[in-house]
Amino acid sequence: MAVGLSGFAFGVTSAGSGLTLTQTCALSLLVFTGASQFALVGALAAGGSALAAAAGAFFLGARNAFYGLRLSQLLDLPRVLRPLAAQWVIDETAAVSLAQPTRRSARIGFAVTGLSLYVLWNLTTLLGALGADAIGDTRAWGLDAAGPAVFLALLAPMVKSGTERVVAGLAVLLGLGLLPVLPAGVPVLAASLAAPLVLWVRGRRERVRGEEGR
Amino acid sequence: MNVWIAIGVTALGCYAVKLLGLLVPAGVLDRPLVKRLAALLPVALLAALTAQQTFADGRVPVLDARAAGLAAAAVALLLRAPFLLVVASAVVVTAGVRAVGA
Repeated sequence: MAVGLSGFAFGVTSAGSGLTLTQTCALSLLVFTGASQFALVGALAAGGSALAAAAGAFFLGARNAFYGLRLSQLLDLPRVLRPLAAQWVIDETAAVSLAQPTRRSARIGFAVTGLSLYVLWNLTTLLGALGADAIGDTRAWGLDAAGPAVFLALLAPMVKSGTERVVAGLAVLLGLGLLPVLPAGVPVLAASLAAPLVLWVRGRRERVRGEEGR
Repeated sequence: MNVWIAIGVTALGCYAVKLLGLLVPAGVLDRPLVKRLAALLPVALLAALTAQQTFADGRVPVLDARAAGLAAAAVALLLRAPFLLVVASAVVVTAGVRAVGA
């Protein structure tokens, strides 16, 4: 349902950014990763070049590779199914599958979440694009808060220990601090460096502690 | 035409990156460091995305009604509210704050 709301918000935003109905729906059908779609239409609306806009969207979508890394081990799909399953590798399917206790329930969770979200996302995109004129200003309806709320709801269950808290905090600082300095889409990638950085610092500290204990 | 090029490049790129994750051999993940990194990367990305889409307008940092909306979503999460309620509270509070002219 939350995805339905964001799909609707995307349809409205995309239409408001000057994309045609066909272009808006093509994005949801072919790209099917919300943050990238929002980033792309935002960049195009701001007058960014096609390639710069696509690069920003691509960088945002790069996180799906890491979901895929974890899902491939968890789901252990046959090779022939992987190109089909790939399109559904997104935040929500990863979150649902990774929360399952067994491989069987993870596979079911992935398939059910993937299919229902794909249908819902595309239907609500269409409705949003059609209803854009009727709605007017999406900001007045608070629909621009749907995206970050979805991200926060996905993030919350992942933050289990101090390590995750430090990574999240550092990523927020990097993501916001680098916004005015780097081209659109790049600060998020730079912020992802918080993960290896924190792991490296923790590893060093553990080594030092190990040597002191001797 | 420009828009279609952007859509085409984005669609190909985003699909390729999804497929790449699934096709990397499972052995790569058997190392504990890679596992920890793969678990922490989404945390970093989602945290940065949440912050940027709440506290920035394009490339300019701003503090507006979305901050109140996100705070409402955070409270809903702490109260273990379902996903829909979390997102709906952010939307409703953001719209409400804008309506009263903050």
